Amino acid sequence: MPGVTTFAGRSHVVIDIGGMPIRLLTGDSEFIELLHARYAGFAHSSRDSRFDFEIDLAPPGRISPDPELYVRRDSGKWRFDRGDFHAEWDPAASRGRIRQTANPYSIDSVLRIVHSLLLAKQGGFLLHAASAVRNGRAFLFTGVSGAGKTTISSLAPPDVALLTDEISYVVKQDARYFAFGTPFTGELARVGENIRAPIEEVFLLAKGPENRIEPVDAAVAARALLGNILFFAEDSELVNALFQTACEFVSRVPIRRLTFVPDAAVWELIR
Amino acid sequence: MSGKLYVARDSHVAARNLGGEMMVMSARNSTLYTLNPVATAIWEAADGVTPLDEIVANRICAQFDVAPEVALKDAETLVAELAGHGILVVSDRPIVRAAAATENSR
Repeated sequence: MPGVTTFAGRSHVVIDIGGMPIRLLTGDSEFIELLHARYAGFAHSSRDSRFDFEIDLAPPGRISPDPELYVRRDSGKWRFDRGDFHAEWDPAASRGRIRQTANPYSIDSVLRIVHSLLLAKQGGFLLHAASAVRNGRAFLFTGVSGAGKTTISSLAPPDVALLTDEISYVVKQDARYFAFGTPFTGELARVGENIRAPIEEVFLLAKGPENRIEPVDAAVAARALLGNILFFAEDSELVNALFQTACEFVSRVPIRRLTFVPDAAVWELIR
Repeated sequence: MSGKLYVARDSHVAARNLGGEMMVMSARNSTLYTLNPVATAIWEAADGVTPLDEIVANRICAQFDVAPEVALKDAETLVAELAGHGILVVSDRPIVRAAAATENSR
């Protein structure tokens, strides 16, 4: 199979998001090729990885009847369960196992969960937000579904590099916050560029009759941020850490409300 | 209500004062609350060993224009509500464990 290499006798691909390479291994080279295509720009065949996940591909159908997602930690090991997948992850051993059918959506969910847990321990987070880089600085646009993440992404001029139209990846490095590109797509279905940039500003998105930017106070900003952070685990320690992270982020990064009409002129305000 | 009441911050709650507003989040269910000024004054004084009537006298009546008996009655209702949300622990005797809520102010 062209482009698919083996590791320890298994077909594999390394998905490198946010500088965190995660290897996925399975005996099914066609599935690995599917993942190479799905995560283009973030997938490679390096021998280096931070965590390895073995994928057991099940026959088509549900793995369990329960559609709810459960993310729980027991004795240092994580278990993720949803109707379409079951996963176990031992961070200390740097390995895990995923049982799912041959579809890209289950593994996408598992990757989001793993990254959300890794980031929570490092002062970062995944945010429901589009993000883009202009003049070497990252701008995030957060809001619920329908707020305009896809719209503002699709209006971006050519000098803007899109990091994501759906899930922004925020990392704290050396007391600064950086946004990384992600392959987690929304309605635009366009994989972000695999680059990073320091975060200049976060906008709380709202559609309205004119383009304008308004200040918001810190408590409003923190509430909005916390309301849009992706976190899946029932874990008091990490929830506490995320709360403190959000408050810290609000104290360091400007957050303002951006009301806009669906017109490319809005990008004249974002420089 | 007769007898003393003691209040302590629940150990599964994170709190932070942001721009003058006290925000608290229950780590049990990720629910976020913003406390009003009276609730904030009680929260800040909820060390588990200071009786609620002393908190009311020293923190509430000193800051707000309210009669002591009215303030205490309102405070008892408020702490019961906050206890129901898992934000405070209320007891008729001193709560000796340290209030473990994480709090930073700026």
